Amino acid sequence: MSNAILTVIEQQQGKLNRMSWEALAAAQQAGSHLSRPVEAVVMGHGVRAVAEEIAAAQIGRVLLVEDPLLRDYTPDAYSLALLHVIAAEQPRLVLLPHTYQVRDFAPKLAAALQRSFLSDCIGFHLEDGTLVFTRQLFQGKMNADIAFACDPPCLASVQAGSFRADQVAMGQRPASIETLTVTIPPEKVRTKPLERFQEAKRTVDLAQAEIIVSVGRGIKDQENLPLIQKLAEALGAEVGGSRPICDNGWLPMERQIGSSGQTVAPKLYLAVGISGAIQHLVGMKGSRTVVAINKDPHAPIFEVADYGIVGNLFDVLPALIEEVNKAKDH
Amino acid sequence: MKILVCVKQVPAKDSPLRLTEDSTWIRDADLSYETNEPDAFALEEALRLKEKHGGEVVVASVGPARVQQAIREALSKGADRAIHIDDDSGSKLDSFFTAQLIAEAVRSEAFDLVLTGLQSDDLGFAQSGVILAELLGLPHATIIMEVEVIDGRLKVKRELEGGWFQWVEMPLPSLLTIQSGINKPRYATLKGIKAAKTKEIRRVTPAELGVKPDEAAARNQLRRIYVPVKTKKTEFIEGPPKEAAAKLVEKLQREARVL
Repeated sequence: MSNAILTVIEQQQGKLNRMSWEALAAAQQAGSHLSRPVEAVVMGHGVRAVAEEIAAAQIGRVLLVEDPLLRDYTPDAYSLALLHVIAAEQPRLVLLPHTYQVRDFAPKLAAALQRSFLSDCIGFHLEDGTLVFTRQLFQGKMNADIAFACDPPCLASVQAGSFRADQVAMGQRPASIETLTVTIPPEKVRTKPLERFQEAKRTVDLAQAEIIVSVGRGIKDQENLPLIQKLAEALGAEVGGSRPICDNGWLPMERQIGSSGQTVAPKLYLAVGISGAIQHLVGMKGSRTVVAINKDPHAPIFEVADYGIVGNLFDVLPALIEEVNKAKDH
Repeated sequence: MKILVCVKQVPAKDSPLRLTEDSTWIRDADLSYETNEPDAFALEEALRLKEKHGGEVVVASVGPARVQQAIREALSKGADRAIHIDDDSGSKLDSFFTAQLIAEAVRSEAFDLVLTGLQSDDLGFAQSGVILAELLGLPHATIIMEVEVIDGRLKVKRELEGGWFQWVEMPLPSLLTIQSGINKPRYATLKGIKAAKTKEIRRVTPAELGVKPDEAAARNQLRRIYVPVKTKKTEFIEGPPKEAAAKLVEKLQREARVL
């Protein structure tokens, strides 16, 4: 029984998903809280290089699980492989990055284990020797502190940006890589993944924009969009939008900012009528200066804003456009 | 095609959230409720598949008596009948419990397809659908943006991160979790609202299903809930719009130096 903290590393086509480093940073922190070793598992086919990359971190060992059926991700094959790994290694805690892929297989894995999975955690701390996890409720308006009450192994995933990849402690020398063989019966893999693709070639690259004016549900109607465009013109900015705006077809999908769209980090980010659901925040919280204009003073967007104006955007924006134009003339 | 859609009722987006005195939940009395947004897209997708391929759409919802409002709404839009799992105890913080309730309530009916929203707007675990698939022994795919039925099999478009997608082929029966924006949900018509009044809602309790709420409590322990402490200090700019706008522009020029 290893009783370790096992970190699940994510890779695609042999390329490490950088959120894996964040999960590893979380695992090292949990390891030091609980005085337990940290280990990592890399799954795929022909992914030894990924294991070697991870082995540079200060961890006990890296488990390498390779199988042709793990080359292209499927929830069935990944769950089966991890069930083998968990049965063999008996970890105390399994930590995962909260990626779309983890969302796809980890609940299934937890259900198969009859264990709890605390998904999308933003942190944890120690209370009477127990790890207590914090996760957001009501789209970020409340936090909940939750502890596992089940027997190990428990599962938890960490939200993008909650732990810092650059805080992973690196080892003096590479950790050992151990190969684990799993059996995945082909008939148990019921879904067949086909090609990955992007919808359309992007004509705007918001990631390069210096200033972005981003619009959310608060704009109410497509007819009101010219107000946003006018502000963007005055500032020399690109226009972006939250998911509902792009879903409605009011802005092209390529202008969507958030976990399912683009990640941006401009010099100035103006969020207009955006409440700040976490899926949006992960796409823009690296911005240098954030301004939020929203009628709800409790909107989560103010959590990440440097400057806030609580008010009706239809009153604030015309005034702001005028002031920006005035400032430019000087 | 016999399709099951799982629908959750959640606090309305603009509903005031106030903590109970013991800080273990929010005050129920202050809240108004609405159908979880992704679930409305899942329902619409089910109705469209039925219109194309024939069959039946059944809605299932877990929660106290108030969730019948969400169920009625779904029936008004065109669902044929509903299952109300009447529970007010363990489903708050345990997706496994919720999924178990639904699994036991529908196990005897052979559904060809089960649809859920990709996550709830209140708890946001994004797990009930996937756990339900595991409990029913079904293959699944999540965050789906397009559903095609070809020769008794499914071809679905999965959303990946950063603007990428992937096609996945899978057999029926299956479970899919649906992403917001996959379609444009319809409104209920007057005729639909009237028709809904006579549609069947089967009510079952956890006890009848043999699922115990204390098992849910044995998995997770909620210590407290609270309003998050701000990590970044926001400077709120007050005053009438013109004044606030002028102050903001000045601060962006002089303090932040981004203009």
